[in-house]
Amino acid sequence: MNKRVEKTTDWLDERLGIAKGARSSLNKIFPDHWSFMLGEIALYSFIVLLFTGVFLSLFYIPSSQQIIYHGSYAPLRGQSVSEAYASTLHISFSVRAGLVMRQMHHWAANIFIAAIVVHLCRVFFTGSFRKPREINWIIGSILLILAIVNGFIGYSLPDDLISGTGIRIAFSILESIPLVGSYLAFFLFGGNYPGTSIIPRFYTIHVLLIPALIVALLAAHLGIMYHQKHTQYPAPKRTNKNVVGTVLWPTYALEAGGFFFITAAVIAALGGLVQINPIWLYGPYVPYKVSYAVQPDWYMGWLDGALRLMPSWEIVGFGHMIPNAFFPAVLLPGLTFTALSLWPFIEKKITKDDQVHNICDRPRDNPWRTSLGVGILTFYIVLFFASSTDVLANTFNTSLNLVLWTFRILLVALPPVAGYVTYMLTKETEGLDDAGLRRAPVIITRSKDGEYSSVVVDEEPPLHSRTRFEPQEVPEEKEYRRVARGDDNERELVGASEPSVGGDNGGVHHEGIEPHRSGGSGIFRVPRSVAGGGGPFGGRDSRRQRRRNTQE
Amino acid sequence: MSEVMPTSRGSEYDYSSMTGSRTMERFIGALFVVSLLATIGLGVTFWLGGQPQIEGALLFIALLGIGVGVVAWGKYLTPHGPFVQEREELKSSDLDREAFYKSLERGTKILGRRSFLGKMLGVSLGAFGLLQLFPFLRSLGPVPGKSLYVTDWHKGVQLVKVDGSPVTVNDLEVGGVMTVFPDGFVGNAVDQVVLVRPANYNLVTRPGRESWGPQGYLAFSKVCTHAGCPVGLYQELTQQLLCPCHQSLFDVLTGATPVFGPAPRPLPQLPIYVDSDGVLRSQSGFNEPIGPGFWERGNE
Repeated sequence: MNKRVEKTTDWLDERLGIAKGARSSLNKIFPDHWSFMLGEIALYSFIVLLFTGVFLSLFYIPSSQQIIYHGSYAPLRGQSVSEAYASTLHISFSVRAGLVMRQMHHWAANIFIAAIVVHLCRVFFTGSFRKPREINWIIGSILLILAIVNGFIGYSLPDDLISGTGIRIAFSILESIPLVGSYLAFFLFGGNYPGTSIIPRFYTIHVLLIPALIVALLAAHLGIMYHQKHTQYPAPKRTNKNVVGTVLWPTYALEAGGFFFITAAVIAALGGLVQINPIWLYGPYVPYKVSYAVQPDWYMGWLDGALRLMPSWEIVGFGHMIPNAFFPAVLLPGLTFTALSLWPFIEKKITKDDQVHNICDRPRDNPWRTSLGVGILTFYIVLFFASSTDVLANTFNTSLNLVLWTFRILLVALPPVAGYVTYMLTKETEGLDDAGLRRAPVIITRSKDGEYSSVVVDEEPPLHSRTRFEPQEVPEEKEYRRVARGDDNERELVGASEPSVGGDNGGVHHEGIEPHRSGGSGIFRVPRSVAGGGGPFGGRDSRRQRRRNTQE
Repeated sequence: MSEVMPTSRGSEYDYSSMTGSRTMERFIGALFVVSLLATIGLGVTFWLGGQPQIEGALLFIALLGIGVGVVAWGKYLTPHGPFVQEREELKSSDLDREAFYKSLERGTKILGRRSFLGKMLGVSLGAFGLLQLFPFLRSLGPVPGKSLYVTDWHKGVQLVKVDGSPVTVNDLEVGGVMTVFPDGFVGNAVDQVVLVRPANYNLVTRPGRESWGPQGYLAFSKVCTHAGCPVGLYQELTQQLLCPCHQSLFDVLTGATPVFGPAPRPLPQLPIYVDSDGVLRSQSGFNEPIGPGFWERGNE
């Protein structure tokens, strides 16, 4: 070992005692799957947000003070604009790399929230929120809410015409809350709309309050994940009591570290080459002006859509009013996020399942959850598209009335249909452990006489290519345990550690499938139709058989 | 070190000298060089004053070179196992839990002997916390009071254009539309009024409003009753006002009643008259709060 590393380690270890914990961290195993990178994308875009955000904060002025613009963007010179708007123009046109940083910040925010949502879907559809991971699910839900709120606030800071209209709508939504609404709105805005307090207050919330909360919750989210060890998909040799994958040092560290740079690279390309939020084209915010096609950032789309689709109802009685905006913009998100964060407990109520689950469900293996999830997701997707009713009506040259009613009907009709179709599909593929994977190729040849014959190519299909091999302990870990136990007989140790990865400890997940897979006689997977199941989806009996086999 | 570990390809390699990986090594090295060149280019770009597209492209190449290189290094030149690790059970042993309860109880018992002190502490802390809430909230903003019910429109106030000049009876063609404010409050969000002239006779939008629309001029609050956006679009053909935010449509001739979309109430109409100089003035303020609904209203 390098002398300097050793010296540093000694120095630290004598003071902090880090060597023991660091050793086990270096040898930590992370399961490998592309879908486990979705959360990483969120984390990395958040880091990009921090870097670019700090840069922007050096130039942005959070003030609604009206000034006459004299900057380098000629078309707006001489106009009365807020300092916030003027400083955002300054960042965009006069600060070196300012526009790239601003656009990267905006793109990173959109990607951050998108990655969280897709990550959430992955966790939901694979049942990775089940015991013992309910706490992390709740933390993740709160992170999503914080990300959306901070996204909206950040989007409002430039004080341009479109975002200013968004702030006006936000005031109305706050105002619509029963009992305390007008007080909440007045306290946040420092008086009646618009006032001059909202921009500086939004700034403090955007750069201090919410980021601090996100950092703290993110640390807890990652710490808990690290402590509980990541879930893994079902496969041979993977059990509820082990983790199979790559080792942190050096493989996982390189792959995850490199992936940060790839994420940042994509955000940089978008920031430099794809225009986003050109506020100089929208103009400064003026309360009595408004622009056509007022669409918010994508993650607010479902709320905007809900506001549009809501019938014109309002509840009036006993000298009080529950305004129209309350239902789509307060009640709907309130119910959405309550149900979302409590989902693990709701599901537990239904399934009565109190087992520890470290193996993910494949979505097709849990038809009820999957189809319910698809149905609910469809509901929000319809709402999202409903946020562009005006653009759609214009693009397709049809009436707003038609578009609005189409969406109202779709909102009610599409979720059950999507759920039902998903239910049928999942029922069809339930329990097939290799659905969607490539089968062994079949070569069909035509003889000179026109006779056809087919041959199954004698080549192992790429089924779980990495898990075909016997998983083994990290060598240094093995060594460490041997010394720690004072056991010099390594042969015996290898023997002793094998049951945990091998086939005979009962906890093995895929026990029953194994002979099927690597085949007793060296025959590999054959196309299901050849295997004689009856039809492209295979026979019901063999499927049920397999289903039974995959159950833990 | 000469441990033998399997790579992703499954065959066993001595991982201190993996054979067959020279090409990959060269490829990764080349990526790092490309990244380095892009970084130098980036420095030059900054030095020369910067250009967004070039900066974005070079940042992309510099970061991507490092990213792909490092990932490839991890993916192709390091052992992939698969490796296995046992999961220790998360929950503590029964013995540990028992010990925890005992420790907890020891302290609780000692504190429990002074339960009166505990209650008093609770009361003091609670009161202190509650009290902090009041100055904090009270400093944030004024209470709404009547401010959601009033605007700057009163009896006899001149209607002025965006530039501050008074609106006279000849300012709008039939079919025209303009945004007006009370004199002295140009640009004020709650005061904005949309003035339309659908016809050149005295329009009655609703019973009781016989004198509100002199010479075909009608004035409505421009703040949408749905979510507060400016109702910014006037369709002359159908004589309807459209809010571009959520597409609420208001029929001008019937007193800006909502005919489509989510808006639940008509836009409040401002009664106006033409004075002896031909200048438009308000007869009074609005007879109801403008804009979207809130809890306290609903008794009109």
